[in-house]
Amino acid sequence: MARLENREALQELRNSLQTEKKEDQKRLISLCAGSGCGAYGTEKVYQALIDELARQGVRNDVDVKLTGCHGFCEKGPIMVIHPEGIFYSQLKEKHIPEIVEKTIINGELVDSLLFKDPSTKKKITKEEDIPFYQLQQRIIFGNNILSDPTRIEDYIGLGGYSALEKALFDMTPEEIIGQIKESGLRGRGGGGFPTGIKWETCRRHEGDRYIICNADEGDPGAYMDRSLLEGNPNSIIEGMIIGAIAIGSHDGYVYVRHEYPLAVKNLSIALKRAEDLGLLGKDILGSGFDFEIHVSRGGGAFVCGESTALMASLEGDPGRPRAKYIHTVEKGLRQNPSNLNNVETWANVPVIINKGAEWFSSIGTEGSTGTKIFSLVGKVVNTGLVEVPMGTTLRTIIFDIGGGIPKKKKFKAVQSGGPSGGCIPEQFLDLGVDFDELTKVGSMMGSGGMIVMDQDTCMVDIARYFLDFLREESCGQCNPCREGIKRMLEVLTDICQGKGKEGDIELLEDLGTMIRKFSLCGLGTSAPNPVLTTIKYFRDEYEAHIRDKKCPAGVCKELFYYEIDEELCTGCRLCALKCPQDAVTGEKKKPHKLDQDKCIKCGICYDACKFNAIVVR
Amino acid sequence: MTVQSLLIIFLLGTKSMENRVEIDWQKIDSIIDKYNGNPEAILMIMQDISDLYNYVPPEVIPLLVERLGVSESKIYSIATFYKTISLDPRGKHIINVCTGTACHVRGADKIMDALREDLNINEGQTTDDQLFSLEAVRCIGCCASGPVIKVNQETHGGLDRSSVLKVLENYKQDAT
Repeated sequence: MARLENREALQELRNSLQTEKKEDQKRLISLCAGSGCGAYGTEKVYQALIDELARQGVRNDVDVKLTGCHGFCEKGPIMVIHPEGIFYSQLKEKHIPEIVEKTIINGELVDSLLFKDPSTKKKITKEEDIPFYQLQQRIIFGNNILSDPTRIEDYIGLGGYSALEKALFDMTPEEIIGQIKESGLRGRGGGGFPTGIKWETCRRHEGDRYIICNADEGDPGAYMDRSLLEGNPNSIIEGMIIGAIAIGSHDGYVYVRHEYPLAVKNLSIALKRAEDLGLLGKDILGSGFDFEIHVSRGGGAFVCGESTALMASLEGDPGRPRAKYIHTVEKGLRQNPSNLNNVETWANVPVIINKGAEWFSSIGTEGSTGTKIFSLVGKVVNTGLVEVPMGTTLRTIIFDIGGGIPKKKKFKAVQSGGPSGGCIPEQFLDLGVDFDELTKVGSMMGSGGMIVMDQDTCMVDIARYFLDFLREESCGQCNPCREGIKRMLEVLTDICQGKGKEGDIELLEDLGTMIRKFSLCGLGTSAPNPVLTTIKYFRDEYEAHIRDKKCPAGVCKELFYYEIDEELCTGCRLCALKCPQDAVTGEKKKPHKLDQDKCIKCGICYDACKFNAIVVR
Repeated sequence: MTVQSLLIIFLLGTKSMENRVEIDWQKIDSIIDKYNGNPEAILMIMQDISDLYNYVPPEVIPLLVERLGVSESKIYSIATFYKTISLDPRGKHIINVCTGTACHVRGADKIMDALREDLNINEGQTTDDQLFSLEAVRCIGCCASGPVIKVNQETHGGLDRSSVLKVLENYKQDAT
């Protein structure tokens, strides 16, 4: 495709792509190629599909598209057949011949592959009718499922780069900033700083200004940025170019995790294609405006998500943060004014420019406008990515969209905000999720990780887990963080091993307050949050560990044992067959016994038992 | 090669010397060329070298010093700060067990235990036959499919103690 020399050429291309699509009567099979589905084997399914279509002689009658992440990752690999919108999930290679024969050739449904609503037990044919999708509002994530991320034509056909046109030819930089300010957009990386104000401040400072996209998504349990980069990289590129126009920058960077190879690949392809079309690089669409974007891969250091550490890493140094007496919008990358925003923030920009600040600010709450993508994971039925208006309650997200807790277990807490966040107990489930509400109860919304925990999750172990993570990731520059976290971890490890003593809880609280007050950067100041919130809401679990030497959830190995409840045991032998230690004995149809000397507490029997007869003591 | 770098190579241990690879210097040069010898790209250059050999052979460090114009100590500080870089040889297959929060609550520990027992190595170690290295990674962003492991570039999800061993078996069979 030739370089687009001006605005009209882009519009012409878009129109022809849209007409082409309307006239194309071919059936389209779209297969989710996101990483979540990929982990369940999309590649094999894709290959089997291509082979089978050829074998049954219909390869030329059907288009097959590998799209971005659909979000319903629990059910992967996912396939949607258009124009009907038939949704098949949890596919394996063996299902493909039946799909081709029945659905593609004969137009019938394969009943066994349809989604079954767990609450009504009814089969649902279309993707959009599934409750998981129905309650969402996908203004940022929606295009993921409609396009092949490696084809810029798909994005342009869906109206892509029309916001760039507006920003280049119809608006002044001040007007763009005005729209972003009015929209109320706040930083999606977790900080929540008003984006428009950041842009305005950066523009005021003289120097070679830089635009940076923070794609160093380090929060364990959060992957919405990954899915956006993999599934719709052009929306981020378009947002960054608009930001560059507004701020007056000609050089941009995307700092992305090396652990996200598909994101790096799709982003690089999208950048190359945008350059080829003249949407990026010199003289964009003949406007005289130049802007380049470079990709820089991070090295697996969590602290590099912090702005100053990220910029140090971009400069080829170890990613150590600095004190922010002077903000990065004034002196950032190479001592020049630098504007850093998160992936999701950039993806919001084209939407705001296209639909207007007023429309955008009508979504969400007063202080937090727009939508937010959450990664709903852990002990929840429908795990996946969920985009909802800000202010949606935790209960709606976890129970209505997420379908509640699997295996009829009891909800215990939801962890939000990654290692900087906290654990929120049941009594706050009706809180609306936005930048301000969760902070009031000691947690934070953060970048959108939402890890659901049930009765089998030990809150002391979770606190220990996060501190272990942070101890490893602390850059080691400042004492409170380096030594304080280490000390807190020692205390927590002792508690988890049954060596906790009276006064430990108070010691943890003291240390936490100290680290929070005196650390250099955000990693340290927020590090105690997971411990302090679990102490606040689950103090009884800490006390059980310290005083009774018991782990009520059955996680801390030294502090519990399994036992078979003779009244519940049916003698089905399942646990005995699965036990790697041969610790379970007993006759068929009679209650079994567990030999404590042989048991290694691996939990296989506990997970396997269908009658809840294995109990934690 | 400077005296210091010789000394450092020596100090890095003779144990791993026997597993040293034959270095293709042309390839290393072309990697550096790809980034125009830009010292700011040092981390990515080391990652690309790592993709070739599964680690950064310390023998290449003098060349990096020369071509990028950075100090040797800087290269070591980068190599030891970032987790994706290893100066020690790693196995043919690198197993990364995701220990992110979502995988943790779904039993990543049990997956790690099963692999540790089966391979008879600890996290951060390589098997004697140089086939597997066992590592932990804090989240690879496949949280909905947890617990997951990544072997080289392939991701395997929805695992438990027994299915992870089946995955491992496939790689073992490929090797024989």
